[in-house]
Amino acid sequence: MTDTVDRATQTPDEEQPYLELGLKDDEYAKVKAILGRRPTQTELAMYSIMWSEHCSYKSSKVHLRQFGDGPKNERLLVGMGENAGVVDVGEGLAVTFKVESHNHPSYVEPYQGAATGIGGIVRDILTMGARPILVMDPLRFGDADHPDTKRVLPGIVAGIGGYGNCLGLPNIGGEVVFDPSYQGNPLVNALCLGVMPKSRIQLSAATGVGNVVVLLGAKTGRDGIGGVSVLASATFDADGPARRPSVQVGDPFMEKLLIEACLEMYDGGLVQGIQDLGGAGLTCALTETSAAGRSGMHAHLERIPLREASMEPHEVLASESQERMLAIVTPADLPAVLAIADKWGVLATAIGEVTEGDRLVVTWHDAVVVDVPPGSLADDGPVYQRPIERPADQDELAAHALPAYPAATKDLLLRMVASPNLCSRRWVVEQYDRVVMGDTVLAWPEDAGVVRLSEETNLGIALATDGNGRYTRLDPYAGAQLALAEAYRNVAATGAIPIAVTNCLNFGSPEDPAVMWQFAEATRGLADGCRDLGTPVTGGNVSFYNSTAGAAINPTPVVGVLGLLDDVTRRTPMGFTEAGLTVLLLGDTWDELGGSEWAWAEHRHLGGRPPAVDLLCEKALGEVLIAGARDGLLSAAHDLSDGGLAQALVESCLRHGVGARVSLPDGPAPFVELFSESAARCLVAVTGAHEAAVTALCAAHDVTCTRLGVTGGDALELTGLFTATLSELREAYEGTLPALFGPLAGATREAPAAPAL
Amino acid sequence: MPARIGVVTFPGSLDDRDAQRAVRLAGAEAVALWHGDADLRGVDAVVLPGGFSYGDYLRCGAIARFAAVMTTIVEQARQGLPVLGICNGFQVLCESHLLPGALTRNQHLHFVNRDQGLRVESTKTVWTSEYADGQEVVIPVKNGEGCFVADERTLDALEAEGRVVARYIGGNPNGSSRDIAGIANAAGNVVGLMPHPEHAIEDLTGPGTDGLTFFTSVLKSLVNA
Repeated sequence: MTDTVDRATQTPDEEQPYLELGLKDDEYAKVKAILGRRPTQTELAMYSIMWSEHCSYKSSKVHLRQFGDGPKNERLLVGMGENAGVVDVGEGLAVTFKVESHNHPSYVEPYQGAATGIGGIVRDILTMGARPILVMDPLRFGDADHPDTKRVLPGIVAGIGGYGNCLGLPNIGGEVVFDPSYQGNPLVNALCLGVMPKSRIQLSAATGVGNVVVLLGAKTGRDGIGGVSVLASATFDADGPARRPSVQVGDPFMEKLLIEACLEMYDGGLVQGIQDLGGAGLTCALTETSAAGRSGMHAHLERIPLREASMEPHEVLASESQERMLAIVTPADLPAVLAIADKWGVLATAIGEVTEGDRLVVTWHDAVVVDVPPGSLADDGPVYQRPIERPADQDELAAHALPAYPAATKDLLLRMVASPNLCSRRWVVEQYDRVVMGDTVLAWPEDAGVVRLSEETNLGIALATDGNGRYTRLDPYAGAQLALAEAYRNVAATGAIPIAVTNCLNFGSPEDPAVMWQFAEATRGLADGCRDLGTPVTGGNVSFYNSTAGAAINPTPVVGVLGLLDDVTRRTPMGFTEAGLTVLLLGDTWDELGGSEWAWAEHRHLGGRPPAVDLLCEKALGEVLIAGARDGLLSAAHDLSDGGLAQALVESCLRHGVGARVSLPDGPAPFVELFSESAARCLVAVTGAHEAAVTALCAAHDVTCTRLGVTGGDALELTGLFTATLSELREAYEGTLPALFGPLAGATREAPAAPAL
Repeated sequence: MPARIGVVTFPGSLDDRDAQRAVRLAGAEAVALWHGDADLRGVDAVVLPGGFSYGDYLRCGAIARFAAVMTTIVEQARQGLPVLGICNGFQVLCESHLLPGALTRNQHLHFVNRDQGLRVESTKTVWTSEYADGQEVVIPVKNGEGCFVADERTLDALEAEGRVVARYIGGNPNGSSRDIAGIANAAGNVVGLMPHPEHAIEDLTGPGTDGLTFFTSVLKSLVNA
């Protein structure tokens, strides 16, 4: 028997399974106080979903407020709070971008979990009125040679490719990092960026009494019920894969049709408000649109096309079936909306209307199963000031002395280049379409992805994501800033001006005070860093409960930085393009190997201090790189990060098969010069004609500029140390992932030399 | 008046705008054709673009061949209308029996996207006439089901009749029989190609401009016709 509002009023003392649904005693009491009665079964399900950690941000809210106090920027058109932030990029265009996690579903069912992660973030971007034009995917896995990584990684990569490729969205970059802390809890973060005319920005508010609520897209089924409350808001235990029914199943073809249909509706000015259905499905979409519009709404659940006729009302509301959108349209525009949906073969159903007052009423045939103030679900969820305590082992970790430094030998270089975190990502990236849409200017293995927005003016954007869990474990404040600094540097290395930030904050359980300390420190670091760099946070996502069997992941704030290029033809590529260029190192190298790739790859050592952060230096370096690109002075620029100068040199040589002869400067030991991970550094290659100008530019910005050598030949020669041929380096660099995960097809080719700038 | 080249959009077509750009850069007018409309709007040639038409459900290209627009295209292709099928378009041409053989799942079972070396094996088709015989080019390949298969007799006939249009060099990305990347019909007006020439038309966004010649070739043949 359906539990109606009438029945709930008549049976006030009926026991309800609120604990099983994830609500605490006091939260349940609050629901009863809001409603003045016990909730119906359906209402209870809705509150448990909307007040879950995933939807309500109840543990993170107090910390995320710092981002709202960040730098003000006249480019910011829509800030945090909507589905994604929107940034003005000039020429009448706006860009919206966001990164989100789909970690737990991707462990349970790697292919579908990762695929629907892409699908969800793409709908967030579509909801803002934008055409999605690219995706990126920062990924973290357990040890590369762990047997479960062989299950998880290929499935996740295939899922990202399977969905993104089928949507026709180029995948222009991302990260693949291995660390045992992600064993049993891989991180699958997905980023999408979209572009629109400024006039087309859409918002989620349902307004206009009498307007029609239209559900677009796939039928509603039982898939994904409990996704946010079961999967995303609780710690994993050993039965992880047994939760497979909570994972949604994606249909990228339907999503492609949905994208085209929605864009056509936006262009026709037919949509008053729109919201995607993602985590928490219809529950979230109905409450957020009505709460944002400060209006009432009546939804007739029985009108919703179902995959399974036996579904109960609470299941219909909780379903996380993919590829659905909720649009608010005027009665006059309804026929046009239905016609566009029909043209694209998308189901469209009028399921309700905007009403007077401030109640969300849901009926199931004639029975009222929900009658709630929508704001109580969307905005009035619990807010926790969780206990915070610096982890007991934090000092011990900092004091954990580094192993003795070795000599800088060719063997060491080849081992480092072949190590799982530094080796080529070709095995992964070749499974993604990087060129569809025909506007990809730079993609992996370049420092940042660069995409053209306008064929007429060559306006474009650059985008990079970074995040280092080891640095953040050693010092969460510095670690978050290092992630920001690296993404900023990557974007600047292409010549783009960094303008905005998105983030995905992946942490352990917020109920653990040590994790909350990491979270508080990281958010403070990121907020301070964004203020110093003048790049506002426009939106993002928090993913808690990333721990398995009591062990939390390394805290992993993934930071995405968006940059703007007035003219993408002036972008700087990362690799040496020709022989005879002068190789310069910009920035200062210190003895900084705490948390480094060398310490980890060679000794499984994690301790000491991460590299120092100096955001003024980052900014100065950025200004040199941006001005250098603008004035056409730089033939190549490649940022230094994991693996230090050695890795940057190898990657710059292998990119187009152009070697280099390099002398390390007098200073610290050659090993430190090669493998230190000091921040605010970049390798550049310039023609002889531009060398003086670049040196002067560096001097003007107080950036140290050290001449290392010249490009040319078929080897990387380190004067006085060793010479490694490019074929030796390539074999080491390219061999690791195919050896672990199986060969890909055919021979690999060198990228042709980039055209002269 | 510039030549008019139609680019079909099926539900799930992805590289349709890219093919239109290639047509424009080659100097022709790009005309959008809709799968549900049998009218070809008087175009001089047709490109069937890449993507996942109808979600690639059942079999790649298997549903698209029944689209209204395909009825007209098949009919006119038999009378000499130049048709280029790229990737999914190649699959549609095989399903429509305008070209022999079939495209099956890549042997390694992965989707693969890379800048691919090709040797142009035939310049007798309207889409390749401006290449040099045996010219080596670089054009991106990106597919999950690009492994060309046919029985031995068909393969022998394709070779003997000079209907192998392009072959993979420097590594076969999908396991195609005899490294075949593209084939033509006997008349040379219908060409199917697994790699994407429309993604090698600008130095800025591609590995070079080697792909543009497919589009300039057909324009030249239309002028000469």
